Amino acid sequence: MLLELSQDDSGSTAEARRQIEICNACRYCEGYCSVFPAMTRQKMFSDGDITHLANLCHNCRGCYYACQYTEPHEFALNLPAALAEVRQGSWERLVWPAPFSRLFHTHGVAIAGMLVAGISALFALIAALPEGAGDGFYAHLSHNAMVAVFTPAFLLPLIAVAIGLYQYWRDVGAGPITLRDIRNALASAATLRNLDGGQGQGCNFEREDRYTDLRRWFHQAVLYGFLACFAATAVATLMHYFLDWQAPYGLFTPPKLLGVPGGIALVIGTSGLVWLKMRADPKLGASRVWGGEMAFVLLLGLVAASGLALYAATGTFAVPSLLALHLGSVLALFLLLPYTKMVHGFFRIAALLAEETKRKG
Amino acid sequence: MNRLAPPRHSWDVVVVGGGNAALCASICAAEEGARVLVLEGAPKPYRGGNSRHTRNFRCKHEGPLSVLTGTYGEDEYFQDLMLVTKGKTDEDLARFTIRASQECLPWMEAHGVRFQPSLSGTLSLSRTNAFFLGGGKALVNAYYNTAEDLGVTVRYEAQVSHIAVEADRFEHVEVSFSGGPVERISARAVVLASGGFQADREWLVSAWGPAARNFLIRGTPYNRGVVLRDMLDQGCESVGDPTQCHAVAIDGRAPQYDGGIVTRLDCVPFSVVVNRDAERFYDEGEDVWPKRYAIWGRLVAGQPDQVAYAIIDSTSLDLFMPSVFRPVVGQTIEELGEKLGLDPAKLAKTIGGFNAACMPGAFTPTELDGLSTEGIDPPKTNWAQPVTEPPFYGYQLRPGVTFTYLGLKVDKTARVQTPSGVLSNVWAAGEIMAGSILGQGYLAGFGMTIGTVFGRIAGHEAARHALNDQEIADVA
Repeated sequence: MLLELSQDDSGSTAEARRQIEICNACRYCEGYCSVFPAMTRQKMFSDGDITHLANLCHNCRGCYYACQYTEPHEFALNLPAALAEVRQGSWERLVWPAPFSRLFHTHGVAIAGMLVAGISALFALIAALPEGAGDGFYAHLSHNAMVAVFTPAFLLPLIAVAIGLYQYWRDVGAGPITLRDIRNALASAATLRNLDGGQGQGCNFEREDRYTDLRRWFHQAVLYGFLACFAATAVATLMHYFLDWQAPYGLFTPPKLLGVPGGIALVIGTSGLVWLKMRADPKLGASRVWGGEMAFVLLLGLVAASGLALYAATGTFAVPSLLALHLGSVLALFLLLPYTKMVHGFFRIAALLAEETKRKG
Repeated sequence: MNRLAPPRHSWDVVVVGGGNAALCASICAAEEGARVLVLEGAPKPYRGGNSRHTRNFRCKHEGPLSVLTGTYGEDEYFQDLMLVTKGKTDEDLARFTIRASQECLPWMEAHGVRFQPSLSGTLSLSRTNAFFLGGGKALVNAYYNTAEDLGVTVRYEAQVSHIAVEADRFEHVEVSFSGGPVERISARAVVLASGGFQADREWLVSAWGPAARNFLIRGTPYNRGVVLRDMLDQGCESVGDPTQCHAVAIDGRAPQYDGGIVTRLDCVPFSVVVNRDAERFYDEGEDVWPKRYAIWGRLVAGQPDQVAYAIIDSTSLDLFMPSVFRPVVGQTIEELGEKLGLDPAKLAKTIGGFNAACMPGAFTPTELDGLSTEGIDPPKTNWAQPVTEPPFYGYQLRPGVTFTYLGLKVDKTARVQTPSGVLSNVWAAGEIMAGSILGQGYLAGFGMTIGTVFGRIAGHEAARHALNDQEIADVA
């Protein structure tokens, strides 16, 4: 079994290497993204080099539609798909435990199962615990109970990701990091520079050879929406412990000013990404994980929508159910963080950073 | 005028072909208000003819323009052209084309083409050639999208077999869609932009002799010259040498057709090149590669079986752009010869003789270093370093045909000529008429210039003619 798996890995890496060697003899796509300039540094590509290029690729698909060697040409290039397979394989190989990765990345049903389990666990917890003295939703689930559940559910997955990133950093042979590298890498991520087609015209995700910028906008709505929600939680935690200022918070308080727009951006962004994904050609990505990716985006959307609904329902009978729904979906999202598309964010930043260190050498 | 009467022509302009020139013509005709039909012979994935394989556009400019640096004036451009064609050009038409190239670039950008700074390894072209972001296929895609937005109708797998001309007037085209029955499509005007004949093997053989059976065709298999031959058979005037094609030495393992850019091999100046009999036959270091790659197609074509082998050692592997195919490797010259299918002993003797003829001196790969052999014939007059450091590498070379020179003669309005004058409603653009300007040799990016300049002219002229024709018919 193990042998089979490692052969499978070398299969997708070998295919990507075959394609990259053709690309490196052509170089017409140099202007689209960072992958092609990175490619020109070498003539021979180790497995680590292929892993690096794969994680640098944002799947904008510009190179596919511009390529003179796509099928039916006998060179049969489909670089976005070849790199997506390697990228996907690298997350599944590097993040422990690997079987979890393969299960959740590939099967949307498994993600749905985890969601149901998370929500059920929260319902059970709320039912089991006595009605507390806290205000708002704390009446149903105390702050301490939440902390007891979510601290390990958040930190343990992060440890799994950190180990994977450490392995990744060694595999791709990145150099020492400078502050400037960090700044450049974060700037690339903040603007999704590698998804802008090289000249700001956007990518070729959902309209074939026509450029559009929708994917970049929707993705950044998700990214910034998520960061705002995360910040809302972080600020609330600080307020709770250091200012002794406890939830529920009014609309004009930092947690809500961050969380409500963040949640709305997340709902818009995830809806947009689902819509784009329905229109895009699955053959230009890692098609075997299409279901897992879709389920992940829907889960993220559900986290945001249920959070907004919970706030809207303040003071009504719906609070306990919505609380279980929201916290259950958050629990599933956190626990699955290393084993779903969520993990791409960490590896993407690492790849951008690695590329900055390699570019200098 | 009776609006209810069925139109005699369903189309104002029919464009035969689907590459750069055809698309420029279609877009310009559609912008004039004409109803345009494009008949592209290839299926959709292979649309765009040889334009799919191109990468840049040579452009005159006074001062920086878009991605182009500095200035590239008309006289310098013309001199560059004279150098490669050895004077085989129509100066008037060539200068006209060069002057028109400058206004093409902004037009291209306005119609969806995106440019990028010169690719790595091509910095020498940053002043003269504007590179397409993503290459020629991206340009072709952009033009198809623009044409579609303008209401142009495109039919793929449309094999045009005959252009029906009566007296001096085009009447209809005969076309078969996806191998179906031949249909007649009439229009008020036609633009012929269907390329040369380099993919018609029998035609090449009749022009070149049997050696052409071993040529590789670097571009589209759909340029079979059917329309060109049809027009010549109907007495249209031709230009360009009918027996010549532009051929370069490419990797012998390239596909029969459509290998494009990645099959090129830049290793010759740093190699010892031998033929099937393991003998050297030409000075590999005569000049820098950009000035010599075009003659090597012809040189290899002149060798037995139209094949040659470039041999290098490990010190030279990083001196040129990577090839799409990995080199054949041998730890000894004999082993390499064996693997390449050459007589090992003879190859070792040739390499040994070459090595003995190398002289001490400084090797400078980036310029003519004058490091020459002594006492062998032919000599290698630059970069002559002994081939001694294993492992040894070998690449097979074969002639790769880029395009043919024979074409239709046109005037400045892109109108097709006959000995008794111009045809009244037939225009030609692109490779099918490029011989009017490019009689010999090739200048990088000039094919796209000819296609764009004359494609635009043909489109405008054909549309104006057709719409004028329509008005006259309406009044009558």
